[in-house]
Amino acid sequence: MREITFAEAIREALREEMHRDPSVFIMGEDVGVFGGVFGVTAGLYEEFGPDRVRDTPISESAIVGGGLGAAMMGMRPVVEIMFGDFLMCAGDQIVNQAAKARYMSGGKAKVPLTIRVTTGAPGSAAAQHSQSPESWFMNVPGLKIAVPATPADAKGLLKTAIRGEDPVLFFEHKMLYAVRGPVPEDPDFTVPFGEANVVRPGRDVTIIAIGGMLAKALAAADALAQEGIEAEVIDPRTLVPLDKETLIRSLAKTGRVVIVHEAHKRAGPGAEIAAVLAEEAVEYLDGPIVRVAAKNVPIPYSPVLEEEVLPGAEDILAAVRFLTAGAKA
Amino acid sequence: MTLVREFELRAIEERRNGLIPGFIHPCVGQEATAVGACLALAPADVITSTHRGHGHLIGKGGDPRYMMAELAGRSTGYCLGRGGSLHIADFDLGILGANGIVAGGIPIAVGAGLAFHLRGEKRVALAFFGDGAVNQGAFHEAANMAGLWKLPVIFMCENNLYGEGTPQHKQAPIADLAARAAGYGFPGIIVDGNDVLAVYEAVRMAAERARAGLGPTFVEGKTYRQRGHYEGDPMVYRTQEEMEYWKARDPVVLFRRRLLEAGIFDEQTLDKVHQDVLRQLDEAVEFAKSAPIPKAEEALLGVYGDTHNGLVF
Repeated sequence: MREITFAEAIREALREEMHRDPSVFIMGEDVGVFGGVFGVTAGLYEEFGPDRVRDTPISESAIVGGGLGAAMMGMRPVVEIMFGDFLMCAGDQIVNQAAKARYMSGGKAKVPLTIRVTTGAPGSAAAQHSQSPESWFMNVPGLKIAVPATPADAKGLLKTAIRGEDPVLFFEHKMLYAVRGPVPEDPDFTVPFGEANVVRPGRDVTIIAIGGMLAKALAAADALAQEGIEAEVIDPRTLVPLDKETLIRSLAKTGRVVIVHEAHKRAGPGAEIAAVLAEEAVEYLDGPIVRVAAKNVPIPYSPVLEEEVLPGAEDILAAVRFLTAGAKA
Repeated sequence: MTLVREFELRAIEERRNGLIPGFIHPCVGQEATAVGACLALAPADVITSTHRGHGHLIGKGGDPRYMMAELAGRSTGYCLGRGGSLHIADFDLGILGANGIVAGGIPIAVGAGLAFHLRGEKRVALAFFGDGAVNQGAFHEAANMAGLWKLPVIFMCENNLYGEGTPQHKQAPIADLAARAAGYGFPGIIVDGNDVLAVYEAVRMAAERARAGLGPTFVEGKTYRQRGHYEGDPMVYRTQEEMEYWKARDPVVLFRRRLLEAGIFDEQTLDKVHQDVLRQLDEAVEFAKSAPIPKAEEALLGVYGDTHNGLVF
């Protein structure tokens, strides 16, 4: 299979869906002429014109609310919020409006709205451009949350988001954009929501890795294999809906679990996953559920400080060794 | 307007009687802005409404039976009893939802206008909002976007002089909120919000302008909320004198007098209309009382639209 970057995979999904369905359009800050600050939408403005690849003012509330109103009228908008941190500027339109429209209206409102947004620390961007806010929205019924970790999943999950009937927050880790990987060329290739991917099978410990942390988890699994520890690495791919069955099945096999994400540890996505496992699968646990996550401080600027706060492959190794030490002894 | 007025009075009564469990924010005194604006729209046009939305819904063709059932939290209500007074929507009638958040509906109306623009449809989206909403960021962002793209949107401000319990002059440094439209490149028109024909005419012109591709208009109807912010509000923040001044300018009474003076209808005909309205509301209350109460487990359905079918996950 041909290999393309994560950014190209997203662009390909957008282009194909815009060709397939005239109700799909893109809007956001600098998505048009500029091609997106991360280059994701480059070339689409030239291909589809200023109406369907729409540069907006810096007005997150109007971007999301405008997308919501257009979606209610039968369009399928894909709006871009440049940094996940800026989702707060559109908080009301996401949380009080888009998330609740269908339920509150007794099913009358349909909200096929995709909100593409970057997440994670790109390196020295400091605390207002480096957050991983996925879990802020896990607490809001009515939203779906996708966090792709590979180019293929980025393409397949984005198509599912665009074709779906619900508001989706689609989190793209900034450090993944340049990563290459095999991506199917089939224009109807989609990845369903709510199906976790067992990226690497193993028997000794389950590592659940979210978004940008998948690569670090796989690197850790390679290193662990050298020590004779076979780690099973699972990417949930969507946090809402969450594929509990696959996670529990893996835990039943390994008895140990480490959850890895770049969001802050306190009430991060790992807290929810840990709670689900403790509630529904405690009998399989041979040790504590361990979370590897950002420390509970704002993400600092200076590289050495940033590195201290963010989770790394070494932290994953340490967590697994801690869990497996007893078994090995 | 009579139906709006009597609907509100009846809803207040039924809340006291225990049929209606939640809050009611009555629009008594503001019937002319609601009805005048809606009558100037075509059936295919859409509105977003506010927490004081019963008049907007009736103006756009809402059925008092389904409204009353919704207020009573019943299965046959407009939103299956999930929305209540604050959130009634009917997409068939172009009602995209009342809103519990001040200014929350304005960006949504702009988005609807954007959809019409993209599809080349000659439809118009009208956002109702109060004077308080004009101080919210969502209003400014949405107005700027609509002005920039010349979208077919009408910004319909019902300036009833109070944002909850605080008078408008303590919330904004200008008296005429329509002035804000100038900053976004479209006209702001001020009308007597208690004169239903003046509101109708202003919105009709705004709709024509929107359909012609000339962009938005801000219409400020100066009116007055005769009752409290919500039913039960002790209203310590205003004077008897002020309330009496506005009561003398009651839009329903004024319009009745006008119809009689112009010889369009006689007393007898107007009394009959009033009786018809009261009978319609008796039916609506009866409909609500006999409507089924939702099954508790229905609470878990319909959060999402796809095959997961809203099961909580």
